[in-house]
Amino acid sequence: MNKQITRLALTGVGLIVALVVATTYWQAWAAGDLADRQDNQIQRVAQFTIDRGEIRGDGIVWATNREEKKSGRTFYFREYPQRGLAAHVVGYSTQERFRTGLERSMNDYLTGQNANLSTVLETFVDKAKGATIKGNALRLTLVPRAQRAAQNALGRRCGAVVALEPQTGKVLAMYSSPTYNPNLVEENFDQVTGVGADCRRPDALLNRATAGLYAPGSTFKVVTAAAAIDSGRFTPDSEFVDPGYCEVYGKRVNNYDTSRPFGRLDLHTALVNSVNSVFCNIGKELGARFLVDYMKRFGFYELPPLETPADERAPSGLYKADKLFDPAQDTDVDPGRFAFGQERLLVTPLQMAMVAATIANDGVVMKPQVIDRIVAPDGSIIVRSKPERLDRAIKVETARAVGAMMQDAVEEGTGTAARIGGITVAGKTGTAETGIAGLNTTWFISYAGKNRPQVAIAAVVEQQNSTGGQTAAPVAREVLQALLGSTANS
Amino acid sequence: MSLRNRELLNLIAVGLLTAIGFASVYIARSEPSELNAGSLTYAGIFLALYLAAHLVVRYAVPYADPVLLPLAALLSAIGVTLIYRLEPDDAFRQSLWIVIGVGLFALTLLVLRRDFRVLEQYKYLFGITAIALMMLPALPGLGQTINGARLWVKVGSFQFQPGELAKIFLIVFLAGYLRDKRETLAQGRLKDFGPLLLIWGAAMLVLVQTNDLGSALLQFGIFLAMLYVATGRAAYALTGLALFVAGAAFVYRYVSHVQDRVTIWLTPWTDEPVFCAQTGELALRQDCGSFQLVKSLYSIGNGGFAGTGLGKGTFTTTAGDPIIPYLNTDFIYSAIAQELGLVGAAGLLLVFMLFVARGFRIALLADDGFSKLLAAGLTFGFALQTFIIVGGVLRVIPLTGITLPFVSYGGSSVVANFILLALLLLVSNRANVQAGRGRA
Repeated sequence: MNKQITRLALTGVGLIVALVVATTYWQAWAAGDLADRQDNQIQRVAQFTIDRGEIRGDGIVWATNREEKKSGRTFYFREYPQRGLAAHVVGYSTQERFRTGLERSMNDYLTGQNANLSTVLETFVDKAKGATIKGNALRLTLVPRAQRAAQNALGRRCGAVVALEPQTGKVLAMYSSPTYNPNLVEENFDQVTGVGADCRRPDALLNRATAGLYAPGSTFKVVTAAAAIDSGRFTPDSEFVDPGYCEVYGKRVNNYDTSRPFGRLDLHTALVNSVNSVFCNIGKELGARFLVDYMKRFGFYELPPLETPADERAPSGLYKADKLFDPAQDTDVDPGRFAFGQERLLVTPLQMAMVAATIANDGVVMKPQVIDRIVAPDGSIIVRSKPERLDRAIKVETARAVGAMMQDAVEEGTGTAARIGGITVAGKTGTAETGIAGLNTTWFISYAGKNRPQVAIAAVVEQQNSTGGQTAAPVAREVLQALLGSTANS
Repeated sequence: MSLRNRELLNLIAVGLLTAIGFASVYIARSEPSELNAGSLTYAGIFLALYLAAHLVVRYAVPYADPVLLPLAALLSAIGVTLIYRLEPDDAFRQSLWIVIGVGLFALTLLVLRRDFRVLEQYKYLFGITAIALMMLPALPGLGQTINGARLWVKVGSFQFQPGELAKIFLIVFLAGYLRDKRETLAQGRLKDFGPLLLIWGAAMLVLVQTNDLGSALLQFGIFLAMLYVATGRAAYALTGLALFVAGAAFVYRYVSHVQDRVTIWLTPWTDEPVFCAQTGELALRQDCGSFQLVKSLYSIGNGGFAGTGLGKGTFTTTAGDPIIPYLNTDFIYSAIAQELGLVGAAGLLLVFMLFVARGFRIALLADDGFSKLLAAGLTFGFALQTFIIVGGVLRVIPLTGITLPFVSYGGSSVVANFILLALLLLVSNRANVQAGRGRA
């Protein structure tokens, strides 16, 4: 019988070896995936015993900790002194509802689990001593008074504002309306989901600035104009005739106001006055695929880079059946309507702010960054963000030509509501139809500064019954004024 | 050094480990950190208990294996330490059960010390008792359904799992029966398989009655292993396994509880809400049927390589509510894996592996068929039980609630395993005496 017993013994030992292998799998191989799962309650509770890093910036505390002793353990619960002021960027860290925003994407840093050598050593020593592990703190680039200006300007309306520093990509303002109070998420989640606002789906938790997809309307003409001039086939002086409409595939596409056709005009004037028929003809001439190529240079068709979680951002571009659509042939899309920002085109405010910033930055796209630096518990800086160049979208001359058109649009065209005394403001309005009569998505993208462009901005307001010039431009102006420190009125 | 002195040294090492374990749990639990004499007293009493057991072993089975008793002591010490850390009240009760277990261990040794092979004469009595014990939970008014499985018997406030004892009785019966019939069985005549098919039927019946795949798998696995050892025919074991799978598949189709277990095992996480039988509403499966398994995996994952440290693991919410149910019975392994990490969990499994290796060594050294079958059956049963519960917790196989030998909280399990240990030592003692290895 000994032969059988030996085999059975090998089977018995083999079963236990299999258990060692399985344990190793869960504790070494799959541990990271398990820790990242949203429903991992143990991970969430365990992380409350870590003295989580604070989130601050520009003299303000965005997120801090409240220490509480319960059944012999010290827990560090999150508190958000600014409540809803930057809730979509900062996010929340809770036990029941997991985490969002930077609280989620930067969790490793905030809990001292990042792989930087100094943090690893410090955490190891703390663990061995049985001391509380301290996380690293974040310093944000957000400017609180700009956030407040955006909050006040939008009021109960739904929409979003994104302001960037064109030369560095620093996010100066990022506000989504309606907002919510992150302090209520843990225990009064109903109050968060129940936030009301003047639009059909308020959904306060959605970060409209990075994940809200809207038809860009005429603001997209900036991209079309840039592509047209950059191609060398058009100049600001190229002549067109505007009959008040444009024909695509035998169908008429009207201007915003068909009663006053412009007749003969140049490209510069067309952008200043936002004449659809001109851009429609440019689109037909350039073709859809050519336009898509230029969009990609501005960052469309990719997740806009930012430190917030990837699934809280959305790529901009043509959409078909809820999916990004990259046309294989020119005839797949209507190039005329595409060129002035209709035709299944959906964009985020962050992407449009990047477009404005690129024009302001002589054609170079900078990576948007909302974290300025990451600071260790002892005050030393672990990571300092450096301006990062993503791409040259257009030539310097193209950027300057388009910028001049945008300046005139604010001086004498559709965007006069954004004028600020003593400051040069360039901008483009947008009024996109939503398919429901009388309810438009209104836009204003702009950049401004005293001597050189200092801020680029995109503002969107949902479900308005007037134009971007009347609704979004004043919102953008409030935020620009807060950032440029000017009290002058237009 | 004599076998018994080696055992004594091993036991003292285990005693020290226990003291360290209790002290660290105590330090982690109390604030400010200070070492209380209470935790050391605990360890002292623990050591004294095993020293008493050691003395009985010296008297009754002086030539038995010197490693098994210290290993069992270590496992039960790890168990009590963890239970003390999780539920201090349960630790006291578990300690009492260990005292009773050691008492029965001593009693078994003393009663059977002259020749344990008298058991062989009563094999049918053991077989019938085993089946009766397995059926006990099915009796109305007596059986208890806990966590979906009908494995418990309750008399007054006293509740126990008869399956644990039935397992040992079944092994004794099989060892006797198979030794008797092994030649005829090996010839493969169909009529000799009558009693064996009966056992297969009984296992299936138990499965249906108790709704518990784990116990059925354990009992049937032991049966197949012993059949293989006795006849040397791998084909029998494979046919038996096929029959079991077929039977289980049949049960799977008709018993929703078993179906749920398998579904949970295959897809514990869903992205979309699915129907939740507990609430009757739509929910993600990880929030519903599979929450025990999923939370246990999170606990294991949270341990990582080195663990959180004894007493520093997370098992409750910040409000103090338990996150993982049945933590000190079915899921004690996930608690150990979190606090002691991969290092500690692998170390624990190593202890189990050593126990299994020593057990099979005894089976190899034994010089008669009954002893060989008995030792091999008991050891394989021990290994398979460990595999079924830990494998279930680790999602290697569908999760079923049985105990981790010597470690889990539970009286019936502790008592049954101490009897198992006594039987192994009896076989070992006799084998060493027969081979003249007594003075080695």
